[in-house]
Amino acid sequence: MTTTLSRREVIAAGFGAVMLPSTLSAQPAQKPAELKIGVTTFLSGPASVFGVPSRKACEMLIDQLNAAGGIAGIPVRPIFVDEGPGTDHLVGEIRRLVQSEGVHVLFQSISSGSCLACTPLSRELQKVNLLWDCGTQRIFEENRWEYAFRTQGYGTSEVLAPLLYLLKKKPDFRTVAVLNQDYAWGRDSWELWKTAMDALKPGVRVVAEMFPRFGSTDFSTEITRLLALRPDVILSTSWGGELVTFIRQATERRLHERSMFVLPVAEASMQILGRSMPEGHIIGTRGDHWNNHPAPKDPAAFNAFINAYRQRFNEYPIYPCHHMAQAVWALKAGLEKAVAAKGGAWPSDLELANAFRGLTFPTPTSTITLREDGQGLEDQIVGLSSFNDRFPFAVPKEMMLFPGEQVSAPVGQKSTDWLKTLQPSMIQSAGRSI
Amino acid sequence: MRKIEPLLAILLAGAMIAAAIAAPWLRFVLTIALAKGIAVMGILLLLRAGQVSFGHALYIAFGAYTVAFLAPRFGDAMILLPLAAVGAGALGLVIGLFVTRYRQIFFGMLNLAMSMVFYSLLEKLYAITKGSDGIRVEIMPVAGQALDRITYEWTIFGIALGLAFVLGLLLRLYLASPMGEALAGIKTRETRLEFMGVPARGVLLSAYVMSAVLGGIGGALIAMTSRHVTPLLAYWTSSGELVFIAILGGAGGVLGPFLGAAGYELVRVYAAASFADAWQMILGAVLLLVILFAPGGLWGMAARAIGGRGR
Repeated sequence: MTTTLSRREVIAAGFGAVMLPSTLSAQPAQKPAELKIGVTTFLSGPASVFGVPSRKACEMLIDQLNAAGGIAGIPVRPIFVDEGPGTDHLVGEIRRLVQSEGVHVLFQSISSGSCLACTPLSRELQKVNLLWDCGTQRIFEENRWEYAFRTQGYGTSEVLAPLLYLLKKKPDFRTVAVLNQDYAWGRDSWELWKTAMDALKPGVRVVAEMFPRFGSTDFSTEITRLLALRPDVILSTSWGGELVTFIRQATERRLHERSMFVLPVAEASMQILGRSMPEGHIIGTRGDHWNNHPAPKDPAAFNAFINAYRQRFNEYPIYPCHHMAQAVWALKAGLEKAVAAKGGAWPSDLELANAFRGLTFPTPTSTITLREDGQGLEDQIVGLSSFNDRFPFAVPKEMMLFPGEQVSAPVGQKSTDWLKTLQPSMIQSAGRSI
Repeated sequence: MRKIEPLLAILLAGAMIAAAIAAPWLRFVLTIALAKGIAVMGILLLLRAGQVSFGHALYIAFGAYTVAFLAPRFGDAMILLPLAAVGAGALGLVIGLFVTRYRQIFFGMLNLAMSMVFYSLLEKLYAITKGSDGIRVEIMPVAGQALDRITYEWTIFGIALGLAFVLGLLLRLYLASPMGEALAGIKTRETRLEFMGVPARGVLLSAYVMSAVLGGIGGALIAMTSRHVTPLLAYWTSSGELVFIAILGGAGGVLGPFLGAAGYELVRVYAAASFADAWQMILGAVLLLVILFAPGGLWGMAARAIGGRGR
């Protein structure tokens, strides 16, 4: 009996000693010895193809920041949490990060489901949340959050930009088929595309809507159907292993010669596909951070980031790395702004949050503005897949840049409502070649 | 051993309350542990009959989605909890009529199939269930009282703890009753049970419905605690988790599920906190160690330490 009891007592005592929260939002803000950020990202499961590189990028950037004296004079320490085990685990982890680890800022998450579940916690726990990668438009359109900001673009702009590009490059297409993963992003992105397409080019026939199971490893039936239907355009917002498998199986059967692919999330899979990616198809990167960006605003900083990442990890950074970097740069800019506004004193959580509203922070390629509602305006660059001597994998050519505010729904409007109001004249006016 | 059990239960509850006071975030983890413990009591009930269900996450998800769907309409925990329990019980009756015809692996697999059908429905009926994004559950009043966040979390923790006690007690009584003892008869030899004039299917069906009710209550509590439900609740890994907890806790007494659930959640949380990218390995290692060295689970270990018999 004693063993069981004492063990439980020891555990309970241990919790009391170790787990008492070191900071509470209500306390007057004191300058901490280090800035702790809780980072949620996929470290297991299929989406770890995004999560692990983003973690590497985060560690690299924070090492660089700390070597240069940290942010606002204090070193930064990231604490990583795996998004893999699912939502109820993650909401518990967010509480642990805030109440036990005492993190000052949260960076979350890759999955839209995670973001939808965890963003309300930013209000309850009163901690600044930087949504660094999830794309769902629902977050800022269905609610208003005082403590949450997205330091990158979102589904609406990431789908509308490739659509506009397609309408410019191949205005005469008549039929389209869709092959998306069967989960929220796959469904949402198709709804956005369909709504925008019906407004910009009414009368396009949708010949197939296919939503294979999330995590499928075989697309032969879908490809057979697509070969028979011969759609002019095949849209797929799939990512990761599924996109790689689909492209490989489709190119083997020459599907790419009959139809044009539009792949808004292709960039992250290009290194794995290497030379097996067919040329001349529309590829996107959920932003403007192509590794072959022809005219970044700050070429030295852009190349420094890419080269440092390549040197340390022996691969090119993919878009989640850039998104993570944007969150780090936004944090730096926001915190420094908040500290400056208080004349060097440490800001409270609310003051820190207010510093992010309307913040414009520099990225090596451009600048990103966090809007009134918390949504970031990130430029979108779309192009046609091609090969050159510099990269052992496909990169875009004939690139076009769509400024963030041009392809985002205005504050207070739902994306699907706004997309319905688009006029075909937008096809000519939107975007510019770079 | 049976006499010490209530005492141990009170001590365990005391330790949980102490931990929840000492560390606010553990209150969340322990509420989830209690909810899962309640659901695992249902697994335990079926284990008594020698049947393993690999699909009980179905009832957890059903309870959780009942709360998520009905919260905007009847926004009160005191109404939603019984609704989830009754709903899950009704579903359990319908499915139970079918699956209790089968035994062993067929019973397990059919349950698994049912829960995966429900999972697919939750994923595919995107317009209704919001697919994999899931549905958010707002803080709801309890018995007509609107509560702030901290009080709400304490209240749900208290409700979970109270329910764990009451349901545990009822389950103990049930297991000691002829109906409960007949479950062990199904495990040893069903034919003898029939010769004695006890309908084996009826015995198993009533246990199955009860386990479904327990699952529904557990699921409702999970939805009220994590306040976001996703189809993942019905996925087969969640069912596996319940069986894992049952094995970890041991099938001896009604305390086993709670020991197992608390142990499981704490190992998971601490492993995830210390080794963000290898926590699954630690969880797996713990289960292996328990199976190899403590086949009676945590409850068996406790029983041996006290000198009793862990069944």
